Amino acid sequence: MAETDTDVQPRRPDEHGVPDPFPYMHPVLKKNYGNWKWHERPRPGVLHHVSHDGDEVWTVRAGTQRQMDVHTIRTLCDIADMRAEGHVRFTTRSNIEFMVSAENMVAPLIEALEAEGFPIGGTGNSVSMISHTQGWLHCDIPGTDASGVVKSLMDDLHSEFTKEEMPNRVRITTSCCQINCGGQGDIAINVQYTKPPVIDHDLVANVCERPAVVARCPVAAIRPALVNGKPSLEVDEQKCICCGACYAPCPPMQINSEESTKIAIWVGGKHSNARSKPTFHKLAVAGLPNNPPRWPEVGEVVKKILYAYKNNARDWERVGEWIERIGWARFFELADIPFTRFHIDDFRGARESLNASAHIHF
Amino acid sequence: MKPKKHKTPLLDELQDGKWPSFVNGLKRLADDDGKSYSPMMNDLLGQLEHSYQTKLGYWKGGTVSVFGYGGGVIPRFSKVAEEFPESSEFHTLRVQPPAGLHYSTDLLRNMCDIWEEHGSGLIALHGQSGDIMFQGCTTENVQKAFDDLNEIGLDMGGAGPALRTSMSCVGHARCEQSCYDEVRAHRSIINAFLDEMHRPALPYKFKFKFSGCANDCVNAIHRADFAVIGTWRDDMKVDQAEVKNYIDQAGRKYTIDNVIARCPTNALSLNDDDTLEVDNSSCVRCMHCLNVMNKALSPGDDKGVTILIGGKRSLKIGDQMGTVVVPFLKLESDEDFERLEEIAENVIEFFAENALEHERIGETIDRIGLVNFLDGVGVEIDPNMVNHPRTNSYVDTAEWDQEADKWLERKAGEAAE
Repeated sequence: MAETDTDVQPRRPDEHGVPDPFPYMHPVLKKNYGNWKWHERPRPGVLHHVSHDGDEVWTVRAGTQRQMDVHTIRTLCDIADMRAEGHVRFTTRSNIEFMVSAENMVAPLIEALEAEGFPIGGTGNSVSMISHTQGWLHCDIPGTDASGVVKSLMDDLHSEFTKEEMPNRVRITTSCCQINCGGQGDIAINVQYTKPPVIDHDLVANVCERPAVVARCPVAAIRPALVNGKPSLEVDEQKCICCGACYAPCPPMQINSEESTKIAIWVGGKHSNARSKPTFHKLAVAGLPNNPPRWPEVGEVVKKILYAYKNNARDWERVGEWIERIGWARFFELADIPFTRFHIDDFRGARESLNASAHIHF
Repeated sequence: MKPKKHKTPLLDELQDGKWPSFVNGLKRLADDDGKSYSPMMNDLLGQLEHSYQTKLGYWKGGTVSVFGYGGGVIPRFSKVAEEFPESSEFHTLRVQPPAGLHYSTDLLRNMCDIWEEHGSGLIALHGQSGDIMFQGCTTENVQKAFDDLNEIGLDMGGAGPALRTSMSCVGHARCEQSCYDEVRAHRSIINAFLDEMHRPALPYKFKFKFSGCANDCVNAIHRADFAVIGTWRDDMKVDQAEVKNYIDQAGRKYTIDNVIARCPTNALSLNDDDTLEVDNSSCVRCMHCLNVMNKALSPGDDKGVTILIGGKRSLKIGDQMGTVVVPFLKLESDEDFERLEEIAENVIEFFAENALEHERIGETIDRIGLVNFLDGVGVEIDPNMVNHPRTNSYVDTAEWDQEADKWLERKAGEAAE
């Protein structure tokens, strides 16, 4: 019997899983897999690795916008094919790396990348690319944009990406809601809501699974209610901490508004275990306006913090380690930031963050 | 007739400046008249400008998937589709990249060709969990795009209450600090549990991340439910001639202030003859001195991993880091990798059976206590799991003798080995 269109089964996926990287890996990397001996940085944005067998590879690191159109990706491919050896990789922070097996290929490669507007840097003690989330471009619960905030900040911090003049590496992150998908950072720029959700009671019963929403609240401020004869939810605004956790499972609980969605800046997060154990970032500033397209108030505070760190920290201190040494009082003074009652934690486990000693910085 | 382009005065301001502009890219796609994605990207720009004007987002979720899989597509339907009809469906496909994020230009070009044909032409490299994010696809084209991507060897990543796409650092491929084969660990673990990724049935998300050393370049301790961090347990290697070279270049004071004094456990001492003395039993493998004196200091030979469980972001009890569950697991032989997979399987199974809905494994541990979790996954207690023993007396220690005997037996057994 002839197959009709409706009989055609959709294609079954080949469950490949994680692709094997070796077919795509630069041949010198593949040959020396697990056999590297040491590396140096001949200049910002360039790494030189030497293997136990004496093989060498040079890596040129360039910043990208992460959200790339196919034309940009093809331009990067053209550069990789013409000026490098056809293999690239990306870093966790959306930088692209071109590997070459001869030192004399480095300068022409840099020239080609710079001619297309890609900054060379992000290595060593620089400000690397800001890790970011989706924001208004694609997220269903964003308080702000991500790509625009990052673009504006990296325009300002371009020279700190292309130089290695910081005391240690600086990792900046952004997140467009309080879930903090952007992660921990030396400096983190995150949305901070300032009012309880505004509930569209006509929609709740149809859109939201009410027990799941009640369970999602960190402070048990949400309870089921009958509003205008319809099953809905209500919020105890005295208890509400304006975190927005209810908004994702229940979009009729609108947490954002033009004025109330603010930006907060956090400092001292650290992923690495080098010297001190990893740390979480701590609140520095809240209440900054959500001000597209360039968020100038945010950029100003970030630069105040960054340059206070650059000018005052000792070599190898990350932002959090610098503050640990000088004390928070001095940090707020140097960064020209007011200390408020909101800086003093009152969530569970908060007393762990209080100073239980006679150690005072004067 | 040329299609009418939306005016985007706010976004236009992001076309200036020295950093590469994502707006330029969006506009190039919108201006590709005649291409299938051009009208979609024009309306996408219109909606994004509308967000910039009103400071609100306009996407809502829904249900879209590909045949055979339950997850991996992030559905996005516009709430302002009447004004911007061409981008009313703008779904993302989360696709797993090669481990370590290595690409040939051929692979990238193939990805571009497929996405130009079926999608928007916009690709994010990469998402915070490591996915290649193919952003902007109609419901109708999701299957076509996936089929073509799947044909070139790529596979869907994770979304929803499922095993998520994983990340591993550059590691063995180009780093002298790397303490295990990250590609093998990443691929063997994730590929062993693909069912949990492609057919979401866990209480909530579950993430693995693989870092080759304690520098933790993929942020595993903060971000992963199951963090695998490379380490070693014998002595670090010291090339005394290179130590001297470093001191010649950097200076003795600089070396003392920035290497010796920055050791968190005071395990380093500089001898009068400029050789370095290391108290390896005090060293915690933090990596600082190896980072700074890269040519002189290297990891030892007896390498493996530390496993930390329970890292996560804010929702809903506040950010948590992973905590140590396996202080050291040798990771070299086939048997070692099988043991890693066995531990992973025990943890995932425990999570599936015991976590509440929408609870991450770190929250489960918070709720039931570490000891109950360890009993559940068959791992014995170890002093390396705590910063310090308990400081409160509110515990029933009636079975102290039995527990003490267990410890002494274990120690006697280890000594006999």
